[in-house]
Amino acid sequence: MTISPSTLVPGIIAASDAATVTMAEPVARFSLRAHAAERETVGGALGLDLPTQVGHVAGDEIEALCLGPDEWLIVAPEGLAERIARTEIDAAHSLTEITDRELTFRIDGPRATELLTTGWPRDPDSIAPGQGRRTYFDGASVIVWRDGPEEWRMDVWRSFAPHVVSLLATGCAELVAG
Amino acid sequence: MLLIHCPYCGETLPELEFAYAGEAHVVRPDPSTASDEQWRDFLFIRSNAKGPHAERWRHIHGCGRFFNAVRDTVSDRFLATYPAGTPRPDLSLSEDER
Repeated sequence: MTISPSTLVPGIIAASDAATVTMAEPVARFSLRAHAAERETVGGALGLDLPTQVGHVAGDEIEALCLGPDEWLIVAPEGLAERIARTEIDAAHSLTEITDRELTFRIDGPRATELLTTGWPRDPDSIAPGQGRRTYFDGASVIVWRDGPEEWRMDVWRSFAPHVVSLLATGCAELVAG
Repeated sequence: MLLIHCPYCGETLPELEFAYAGEAHVVRPDPSTASDEQWRDFLFIRSNAKGPHAERWRHIHGCGRFFNAVRDTVSDRFLATYPAGTPRPDLSLSEDER
């Protein structure tokens, strides 16, 4: 199944009894870099307790995912982008808006985790519900969030999205083909 | 596929998430004072070890960090991985003694 970039609009992209792939509504995204010494000050200014363990997520409306020892991904409702960008932070850091870099896809359904294994060399169970990771999916660097046992979110770079979603759509159909 | 332990993530993960980045512990001499021979050695001369080899890897599709690993070039077994900037571990000692 081929997905062309023009069909990538929010809504259901592929669905079967096994899983559903939905493109999510746009959100605001920021890349945050800060050293350990500045972590608390930077997090405090943003109203977040920035996690130190890679893969852990903090926050509710504004979510922060720890991608590396000094790197976090911040995801927030679109309307908060301006406020986050204008936050005054009195510590050395880098806060870059990357809202348009990625598209988010929701993958859920009874066999959502199995669907992900079509292009993912990693053991999905190494990621507990409520965590996320930057990882590798069929040639593309992606960020996965596990919202529930069979509920996933995947942030894919815009240019890789047709390729990644095509594989997921094929997998959706294959899983019920028997 | 090789399984590599990332010392920053604390997880053992598939090779596809990583990129190889050459021999580890190659120290760059000061180019303003180094002799031609020292500079040649820095740029081109590598140990090409048969057996345990200290090398750099980058967890590029993960935490993004460079780290060091000791890999046996005969068996491809990873004997140890450790953060960048730390000395090569003495593998004759047990893990607690290092």
